Amino acid sequence: MITLGHYLVLGAILFCVSVAGIFINRKNVIILLMAIELMLLAVNMNFVAFSSFLGDAAGQIFVFFILTVAAAESAIGLAILVLLFRNRATINVEELDTMKG
Amino acid sequence: MSFEVLLFYFLATVMVGASIAVVALRNPVHCALSLVLTFFTCACLWLLLRAEFLAIALVLVYVGAVMVLFLFVVMMLDIKSLPGREGFAAHLPVGLLVAVIMLAELIGLMGARKLMSGGPVRDAAAEQGLSNTEWLGRTLFSEYILPFEIAAVILTLAIVAAVALTLRRRPNVRTQDPAKQAAVRKEDRLKLVDLPTQSGSKQP
Repeated sequence: MITLGHYLVLGAILFCVSVAGIFINRKNVIILLMAIELMLLAVNMNFVAFSSFLGDAAGQIFVFFILTVAAAESAIGLAILVLLFRNRATINVEELDTMKG
Repeated sequence: MSFEVLLFYFLATVMVGASIAVVALRNPVHCALSLVLTFFTCACLWLLLRAEFLAIALVLVYVGAVMVLFLFVVMMLDIKSLPGREGFAAHLPVGLLVAVIMLAELIGLMGARKLMSGGPVRDAAAEQGLSNTEWLGRTLFSEYILPFEIAAVILTLAIVAAVALTLRRRPNVRTQDPAKQAAVRKEDRLKLVDLPTQSGSKQP
């Protein structure tokens, strides 16, 4: 029988894979954005699992809102990326040091 | 093991494998396609959880829109100018270490062993005699109507921001200005000149 724990462990594995992805791909902004999408998916997985196993609609409603915010985030992020590539002709994170932070 | 358990393990394996491919592959196009596979498998898992509406929404929104946007941007940028994998081997041990420790902590905190002994998945919508979409819709448009409207505003804002960011005006390029074209008056374009007729000429 599949229980809540199975889904929570799957969400945790997904989240940790994306954290490792952010560590090992720290030069490529596109892969970083994809890793962030994966993280949001892991969180969504937990929300849906709790919602289904507890019989409460709030979790699935929250996933709906997270999908909205994630779509807005990736649209603006990719727009910034296009702008960056147009102005600097690179998307290497290490070369984007204009602000000297 | 029942069919459902086998299906869960198969889908979970595909999903974890595809997500590892997203972060480990070299070519960004392959990464984006692996991400599509991850989202699609996740939608299948949500179907197992009886969350049909969100599963279809995930396929429509992510596989249909967001990933197309990703692929579009990846292909529009010059693949050769993308950064290489110089730091890959150097960052791999740290990344793996952090990920493994984090996973152990998460699983320990959740008390997965205790959760494994829980009950089966409930279908709360079917208990009330509703479909999943109807069940979600009733909650969304009654209790959560204000957050729903705010989400709509955020999406509009995202559209405006994305267009405003990528819009550019280049100098020395001839373009049409429709507003100017529509507002033009007769006096701006047409000049009536009285030409004196030659007095001695004969009309044929």
